[in-house]
Amino acid sequence: MDAFIAQVLSGLVTGGIYASVALALVMIYQATHLVNFAQGELAMFCTYLAWTMLDAGFPYWAAFAATIALAFVCGVVIERVVIRPIGESSVLAVVVVFIGLLVIFNSLAGWIFTYTVKPFPSPFPAEPLFGNHYVSSHGIGAIGVTLVVLALLYAFFRFTSLGLAMRAAAQNPVSARLVGIRVGWTRALGWGLAAAVGSIAGMMVAPTVYLDPNMMAGILLYAFAAALVGGIDNPWGAVAGGFLVGVLENLLGAYVIGTELKLTVALVLIVGVLVIRPSGLFGRVTVKRV
Amino acid sequence: MKTGSLLQATVLIGAIALATASFAQKKYDPGATDTEIKIGSIMPYSGPASAYGQIGKLHMAYFQKINDEGGINGRKIKLLSVDDGYSPPKAVEMARRLVEQDEVLFIFQSLGTPSNSAIHKYMNAKKVPHLFVATGATKWGDPKDFPWTMGWQPNYQTEGRIYAKDILATRPNAKIAVLYQNDDYGKDLLKGLKDGLGDKAGRLIVAEATYEVSDPTVDSQIVSLKGSGADVLINIATPKFAALAIRKVHDIGWKPVHYLNNVSASVGSVLVPAGLDKSVGLITVAYQKDALDTQWANDPGMKEFVAFMAKYLPDGKLSDALNAYGYSVAQTLVQVFKQCGNDLTRANIMRQAASLKDFQLPLLLPGIKINTSPTDFYPIESLQLQRFDGKQWVLFGKVIE
Repeated sequence: MDAFIAQVLSGLVTGGIYASVALALVMIYQATHLVNFAQGELAMFCTYLAWTMLDAGFPYWAAFAATIALAFVCGVVIERVVIRPIGESSVLAVVVVFIGLLVIFNSLAGWIFTYTVKPFPSPFPAEPLFGNHYVSSHGIGAIGVTLVVLALLYAFFRFTSLGLAMRAAAQNPVSARLVGIRVGWTRALGWGLAAAVGSIAGMMVAPTVYLDPNMMAGILLYAFAAALVGGIDNPWGAVAGGFLVGVLENLLGAYVIGTELKLTVALVLIVGVLVIRPSGLFGRVTVKRV
Repeated sequence: MKTGSLLQATVLIGAIALATASFAQKKYDPGATDTEIKIGSIMPYSGPASAYGQIGKLHMAYFQKINDEGGINGRKIKLLSVDDGYSPPKAVEMARRLVEQDEVLFIFQSLGTPSNSAIHKYMNAKKVPHLFVATGATKWGDPKDFPWTMGWQPNYQTEGRIYAKDILATRPNAKIAVLYQNDDYGKDLLKGLKDGLGDKAGRLIVAEATYEVSDPTVDSQIVSLKGSGADVLINIATPKFAALAIRKVHDIGWKPVHYLNNVSASVGSVLVPAGLDKSVGLITVAYQKDALDTQWANDPGMKEFVAFMAKYLPDGKLSDALNAYGYSVAQTLVQVFKQCGNDLTRANIMRQAASLKDFQLPLLLPGIKINTSPTDFYPIESLQLQRFDGKQWVLFGKVIE
């Protein structure tokens, strides 16, 4: 029983990791209706920026805030410089650019910061809370941060006119432009926000899995699964999906299918959801008028 | 006139002697000339295993030093070190390029079990030496079927057998849990461990768990292994996962006798990220001197290495054991070149690599020697156990064959 509880709790912690990255995917999807494969690498790169600042002696929260700001700028710049010129030529072209960005950021990080694994500090206490042996304080703290980000994102899309404009621009750019929304800039803003959310995810993930240029490679796949399971247009769904994937993966790996097939769980989930319920568990089923 | 013809005759005889001598001695295959030896290497400078790219950087620096000192028998070493991103298909492409287009004499220290497996047959079909491959897999020492391939470091099965010997000697009733990477490397070491435990393996090993390199953490595996009630943990993981495992074992309050494989024995890149306090008591094997270990501070070989690093690779960290590794392998290669003399054919390279006798290197532990023969393609086969005391590795016991 003790082992079972430990599996569930450690699944929740890894699930929190997936959820935080999945949130960034939801963000970019809400703003552009595209899935950005470079989201993970962008987050990793921003985490290195944070690491550089911390290494130079900045206090943690100052570096944290500065990184989010830098990530936002970075996202906007990428949209303006790289994505915008391609415009709406074709989805494939954009996907190729995403993959290009993925490789570029990965190599750039390796080149600048080397591939050696680096410990990344956590803002939370080093010793587990209440002396428990199941989860580290950072694990709990990171889940808390993810939930805060989730609440902010939800509020942004639900209660602000900017969030509404962004959703409109993504769903129907032509009509949105007609009602006076500056579609180009809402997209750039979406990129900036997604990068900022990603950078928070990166800084929360790095203390758990260590910082290296390939930190996000495996996580991104699970985050996709999480976002798809929950519904990629729904922040709540993505977070729930993240926890679900984390716990499911642990329990199935430990008790049912063995550790060799853990990754397969994520892949089966992706395919299964796409086949059976493409909008995800909590996603809105889109109905198109023909 | 008489003196003149005598002089002429002497000169003529001298010239003939010189010509035949050089004709008999100087033999070259593609890549070797009077002034240069061109060799290739395939390294993961990018991609998931790129931390190992450091080895390639060290080789470059070391051959620069050799060249600055005049080369070997007047020949400069030119190393073409290319990137395969740890991807086997890319390694095949690179091996073909090096052999067929750049025409290197041989390929040296290509890194990684998957990449080397991919070019294993090609190199042997082409009869191009595939020398001192940088992987610990056991399959590189098979001179009968693959006479052109040779490893260098102690192989994983040897390492696994040494852990088994130590467990049988110190805790014959151990309950062993194994965490291993789900690939050839992990299974190779596990096989050595099981072979070493012999018929007791089935009884002593109570749990096994694997991880994939794409897994974000190994938390779940460690929790499962702890749940098995094991009191010995064998950690067969690459640096990042080894560090994750060490930290998790500590955090969940598990206190097994923890054997850590040599692949991840680096203090700087594994134990520091894992937490030095959480690493106390870890046991591993060693064959190299650790640059951070104070007991070698006045060791002449270590001093030479430190001076070399300062001059030729100032941004390389002494704490990274890969530097010491690359240094020792490069020195072994230089020894092979010296033994080859002017016969720089591919066949002679392999012949000389297979006739290293009690060769000692400045950075290998005292008592560990390199020995090869036409039937023994495993240069290093002895190791010594060491335990981490919170600051550094402390050797204990004797060198074990």
